[in-house]
Amino acid sequence: MKARVKFSKTGTLKFIGHLDVMRYFQKAFRRAQIDVEYSKGYSPHMLLSFAAPLGVGLTSDSEYLDMQLLSADSEEDMIKKMNEAMVDEIQVVDFKLLPDTSKNSMSIVAGADYKVSLKDGYSFEAACDEQGKKMETSLNISNFTEHFRAFLQKEQITILKKSKKSEREVDIKPLIYITAFEAEEFQKKGGSFIANSVAETFENPCVVYMQLATGSVNNLKPELVMEAFCQAEHVIYNPFAYQVHRMEVYADQGTEEARNLVPLNDMQ
Amino acid sequence: MRKLALSDEILLTVEKPARYIGNEVNMAVKDIKDIDIRFCMCFPDVYEIGMSHLGIQILYDMFNRREDTYCERVYSPWVDLDKIMREKNIPLFALESQDPIKEFDFLGITLQYEMCYTNILQILELSQIPLYAKDRTEEDPIVIGGGPCAYNPEPLADFFDFFYIGEGETAYDEILDLYKENKKNGGSRIDFLRQVANVQGMYVPMFYEVDYNEDGTIASFHKTDEAVPDTIKKQVEMELSETVYPEKPLVPYIKVTQDRVVLEIQRGCIRGCRFCQAGMIYRPIRERDLEFLKQRAYEMLKATGHEEISLSSLSSSDYSKLQELVYFLIDEFRSNGVNISLPSLRIDAFALDVMSKVQDVKKSSLTFAPEAGSQRLRDVINKGLTEEVILKGAMDAFLSGWNRVKLYFMLGLPTETLEDVEGIAILSDKIAREYYTIPKEERNGRVSIVSSTSFFVPKPFTPFQWVRMATSEEFLERQRFLHGKMKEQLNYKSIKYNWHEVELTMLEGVLARGDRRVGKVIYDAYKAGCLYDSWSEYFKYDAWMTAFEENKIDPLFYTSRERDLEEILPWDFIDVGVTKEFLKREYKRAISEKVTPNCRQACSGCGAKSFGGGVCFEGGNK
Repeated sequence: MKARVKFSKTGTLKFIGHLDVMRYFQKAFRRAQIDVEYSKGYSPHMLLSFAAPLGVGLTSDSEYLDMQLLSADSEEDMIKKMNEAMVDEIQVVDFKLLPDTSKNSMSIVAGADYKVSLKDGYSFEAACDEQGKKMETSLNISNFTEHFRAFLQKEQITILKKSKKSEREVDIKPLIYITAFEAEEFQKKGGSFIANSVAETFENPCVVYMQLATGSVNNLKPELVMEAFCQAEHVIYNPFAYQVHRMEVYADQGTEEARNLVPLNDMQ
Repeated sequence: MRKLALSDEILLTVEKPARYIGNEVNMAVKDIKDIDIRFCMCFPDVYEIGMSHLGIQILYDMFNRREDTYCERVYSPWVDLDKIMREKNIPLFALESQDPIKEFDFLGITLQYEMCYTNILQILELSQIPLYAKDRTEEDPIVIGGGPCAYNPEPLADFFDFFYIGEGETAYDEILDLYKENKKNGGSRIDFLRQVANVQGMYVPMFYEVDYNEDGTIASFHKTDEAVPDTIKKQVEMELSETVYPEKPLVPYIKVTQDRVVLEIQRGCIRGCRFCQAGMIYRPIRERDLEFLKQRAYEMLKATGHEEISLSSLSSSDYSKLQELVYFLIDEFRSNGVNISLPSLRIDAFALDVMSKVQDVKKSSLTFAPEAGSQRLRDVINKGLTEEVILKGAMDAFLSGWNRVKLYFMLGLPTETLEDVEGIAILSDKIAREYYTIPKEERNGRVSIVSSTSFFVPKPFTPFQWVRMATSEEFLERQRFLHGKMKEQLNYKSIKYNWHEVELTMLEGVLARGDRRVGKVIYDAYKAGCLYDSWSEYFKYDAWMTAFEENKIDPLFYTSRERDLEEILPWDFIDVGVTKEFLKREYKRAISEKVTPNCRQACSGCGAKSFGGGVCFEGGNK
């Protein structure tokens, strides 16, 4: 039988990469004696698959993995059993059995919610132009929200995408579905709200919530949005300055015309 | 959130940040407020290597059973972090609490191989602890060395406050109690060290002195303090089934070298190979009880979730209940997808049956360690493996579907001739020939033979502790000669020849049998940038040679000098149970090509019987 597990990842475990998270779950499920099905052959491995790998340095309230089970207890008992074998910085928050016909979570990911915060100890610093001269910028910590809002008003948000073969300008604006600066505002607009979020909180007030296209068709990383913002504001983009936290991962159950994003553990 | 010693920015800049964050599954968590003794256990190599070491897991578990002690861990920061820590003056920290090690009471460093000596100085320097023991104050941790290289502690004597000679399970409780008591009574560091020096197995270098002859050999080794013993007798755990063994080993997040449950089935070896230090210093062989092992296997697999269990010992085939244990593991765990790994297994019918059950025959290979190419030389080194046994084992395996063979040899063994060296090529070829006697239609493709040679390094407390080690030139000449001979073989296309680097071997030779004067060379080499010497990409041979030159020390004095049997050796003050008389006898038997029976065939009176247990008191040996 198929099942989907939702888990959170936070704290120091943000430094553990995706491959190691997979290894972690294999060992954790063995400790918890979860009856996972194995592949055949001399080196059998657990039949697990992860929805959308989280990068190193990111935290999350909603990661998903699908598994093949030979047997299972009630959803409540499964969550309890799994959490007895978890470390405190990775916790199972939901478990659901799926119909056998359901699609693999990896293949259906279409969107995700993020909370991006400026970490404490960082601020905005003017970038240099091509001649190496410091550019003008009026962005600072107290007017961040205002500036970000204005940035989103632009007709197009272009960014230079570099691939091995070419460089091209892409407009990322259509891939930004929802944005907000307060948790309630984000929820009102259709984003997720997490009551007991594991997201780190900072003294620094600069926070932005975003719902972005995610998955194999269209994919936009929140880091890229921040980079585009910094470019537009003439400040240096420092990848270490932002804590990116994933709040939810969605599948699209709508039509081609109208999107209908549903959390991976709420699908009908 | 747990606090970390390193900032996000540093952790996201260095390779594999998981090396430095701790918090692994089964990590010991204690409140510093309730603790009297803070002990930091160190393996001076990178995390993935250090985390694979069973000894530390045993001691970590043992220390943390004490309510008054919190044992934490540290491994060598990789070169990327090393650079950052120096630039930013960040003190080296323990993984558990992320607190600076300089705040600890003890720093215990395991000495598993000679090539990690510069890494020890890195640990001390990054911890901001004075490198030389004499410069440490009451504020600094007590620095302890232990493990196999502690059996010749002299090259490191100046850097350590004391060495624990022998097995760790036995005396640490006493030492920690002494420490607590001394602290309570307001005693000083030196008061404590004087007490430690009187615990069996503890060597406190500051209480001993060495005088040298004009020719550089040792004139005398003597104590400078009336209150300490003249010789240091090693510690041995005689009750291996009643002693501590972790039930919940640590489970790292990143893949480490030994990513599995390790079950030590016995300690010591009956074989008496004359080149092997482990075979001598861990005498007598002591087996763990079968029920103890079954129980621990079950508990550790449950507590870790590892998908593999490996048996650990110097020669698994000599464990008397091996079949019962292995079939138990297969029956009990194989269906849960647990892989069973059996290193150091002699190839026989049982081994082939087990291997066919736990491995994919097509992908796995057979391993033989004849060590020498001719029967004559195998007799010299007392390696009981004969050509007949190898060929029969290989043939049985070929008939069961195997077609890959790995062979391990050493070059430069005492009395070695070119004929012995050529024997390596001939034996490799014979195994291939054996394969091709099987009718073509029954063969499983082509045979693949991989023969590897390493260079022989004489080690303390072996019958070869006096012998001259070959020079780099001699090693290379033999290697080239063998390479040529390999190409002359009928089946040379099926044979792959691997060899080792010679410079590293030379240095290992110096450090293995060095004396106190070598310490300064290690210090200078470290200051010149030597670190991670066992990693060939970081090994700076030239810097080492400069350090030798500047200290007017000739490395050949330590390697390529035949020592007189009466010479005082730097490690003579240590009593490992095996007597010097026995080693001399064995050395003479080696030269006259006489084989010595193993401990179960007959007692050779090595001296280990004085420990009052193990094989020395089994059946006929009573």
